[in-house]
Amino acid sequence: MRDSFLADRAGLATRHHATLRPDWRLRARVMGGIAVVIAIYIAGLVELEISPARILAGMDRLGDIVWLMLPPVPASTGRAVIYLDALGQTLAIAFLGTAAAAVLAVPFGFLAARNIVANALLRLMLRRGLDTWRSVDTLIWALVWINVVGLGPFAGALAIMTADIPAFAKLMREAIETADRRPVEGVLAAGGSRLAAIRFGIVPQVLPVLASQVLYYFESNTRSATIIGIVGAGGIGLVLSEQIRVLEWQEAAFIIGLVLVTVAIIDAASQQLRAAIIGRAGV
Amino acid sequence: MTAVPAHSTVTLLPAAQLAPLVHAYTAAMAAKRRRMVLGAALFVVALALALVGAEVNPATFWAKLGNFSSYFVRLAHLDTGASVLSDPAEWFWGLRKWSLLLGETVLIAYVGTVTGATVAFACCFLCSPALMPFAWVRMLVRRVLEFGRTVPDIVFALIFVVAFGLGPLPGVMAIAIHTTGALGKLFAEVVDNIDLNPVEGVRSSGGTWFAQVRFGVVPQVLSNFVSYALLRFEINVRGAAVMGFVGAGGIGEELITAIRKFFYSDVSAMLLMIVVCVMVIDSISERVRHRLLALEAR
Repeated sequence: MRDSFLADRAGLATRHHATLRPDWRLRARVMGGIAVVIAIYIAGLVELEISPARILAGMDRLGDIVWLMLPPVPASTGRAVIYLDALGQTLAIAFLGTAAAAVLAVPFGFLAARNIVANALLRLMLRRGLDTWRSVDTLIWALVWINVVGLGPFAGALAIMTADIPAFAKLMREAIETADRRPVEGVLAAGGSRLAAIRFGIVPQVLPVLASQVLYYFESNTRSATIIGIVGAGGIGLVLSEQIRVLEWQEAAFIIGLVLVTVAIIDAASQQLRAAIIGRAGV
Repeated sequence: MTAVPAHSTVTLLPAAQLAPLVHAYTAAMAAKRRRMVLGAALFVVALALALVGAEVNPATFWAKLGNFSSYFVRLAHLDTGASVLSDPAEWFWGLRKWSLLLGETVLIAYVGTVTGATVAFACCFLCSPALMPFAWVRMLVRRVLEFGRTVPDIVFALIFVVAFGLGPLPGVMAIAIHTTGALGKLFAEVVDNIDLNPVEGVRSSGGTWFAQVRFGVVPQVLSNFVSYALLRFEINVRGAAVMGFVGAGGIGEELITAIRKFFYSDVSAMLLMIVVCVMVIDSISERVRHRLLALEAR
C-alpha cells in the first residue's frame, strides 16, 4: 500500500490539495523559533568558553573519578555512623523548616486571599512582596542565617523555613480562594456560629489539600536540606562537600547513595500518607 | 444532640431506631479522634527529635534575633553609614561587572536547559510502552532519569568542578543533567497521555518509527514540552545564581564573597539584581506559556 501511495504522490497532491498544502506561515514561525534558540545556544557556548576538547578532557577525568568511587563503601564503620548522624540532622532540618514554614505562612496566606481581605492595594503589595521573597534561593537564606545564629543545623532549619513561607502562603491563598462557599452557608443556615462555619465549612476543604502539599514540600526540602550544608548550615551536605574537597571519592559516593535511598523512602512513605489523607477527605 | 428544644420542628426517629445510629456515629467519631490523637502524638515526638537533631537553641535564637532585622538594616546602608538610596552610584559601583556575571548566570541556565531539554526529548520516547517495545530499555532509561533528578544539581557541580576545573562549564553540565532527569519524567508523562490513534494511523500506512514519532506524537506534545522547558528555565536561573557558591561560574562566587566578607551594600545590590532578573524572566516566560496554551486550544 505504501509503495502504491508513494508512486501516486503527484496524484494525491492534486486530489487532496487543501489538506496537503503546507502552512508556510506556521512553518516559518516554528523554523524561526528553532533557529533563534540554536543561535543563542551557540553564542552561549562560545561566550562560556565551552569547547569539545575541554568536555572530552573533563569526561576523561570524570571517568577516573567514577572509577575511584567504586565500590561505594566507607573506610570504617565509625565513619558510616558519622554519616548516618549527619543524615538524621538533615531530616531534622527539613522537618523543622517545613513545619515552621507551614505555621508561619498561615497569616500571609489569609491576608493575600481575595475573599478574606477586600483591600486590593494591600493584597497586591503583599503578593508582589511574596513574589520577591520567593525569588531568593534557600542557599542565600542559609548564608544570611549563618551570619545571624552562627554555623550549624539551626541556621539550615531557619533557611528552609524562610525560603518556604512565601511558597506555602501562595498555596494557602489559592486553597482558600477556591474553597466552596456552600458548606459554609449550609452550616450557617443550620444555625451554626461563624466559628463553626469556618471549622466545619472551610477547614475540611482546605486541610487535606494543604496537608498533602506540606508533605510534598517535606520531600523536596529533604533534597534542599542535603545541599545547604555546602555553605556550612549543617546536615549531610557539610560532610559530603568535605569528602569531595579532600577527594575521598568512595566516601562521597556512599553519602550520595545514602541520600538517594533516603529520598526514595521518604517519597514512598509520603505517597502512602497523601493517599490516606486524601482518601479520608473523601469519606 | 440529646437536648431537643420543645419548639423544634425536627421529627426524631423512635428511640429504638435512633439508638444504634447514635451508637455507630459515636464509635466512628471516637475512631477518628483516636487516629487524630495518635497522629498528633507521632508529630510531637518527631518534632522533639528534630529539635534535638537540629541543635535548636531558643536562647541563642532570641538573643540573636535582633541580628536578623539589623542584618537587613545593614544591607540597606553603605560603608559610610549613609542609606543606599542616598547614593545609588556608590551602591551599584560594580554594576558593569555584576551585569556581566548575571548575564553569564542566565547563559549558564540557558545552555544547561536547552541541552537538558534536548536529551530529555530524545529519552522520553524510550520510556513509553507504546513506542518502545523492550521493557528493559524503558526500565533503564527511567532509572537513569530518576538518578539525574534526585541528585541535586549543586552536588553534580561540586563533583564536576573537580573534573572540569573552575568556571561555567561544570555549572552548565550540572544543570543539564539535573534538567534531563526532571524534564525527562515530565515529558514521559505527557507522552503517556497522548491519543494513540494518530500513531497507529502512521504505523498502519507503513510509516517508520521516526515517522510515527514525528507525525503521530510530536504534534500532540510539542507545546506542552516547550512550556515545561520554559518553567524549568525559570528554576534553573535561580539554580545558576548559586552555582558560583561552589566555583561553577556566574554571579554566585561574587555574592558569596561579599556575604562572607560582610560587604553589605554589595550583597543587597547583587541580590536586587538577581531578584529583578528572575522576575523579568519569569514574566516573559509566563507570557510565552500563555500564548502556547492559546495556540493549543485553537
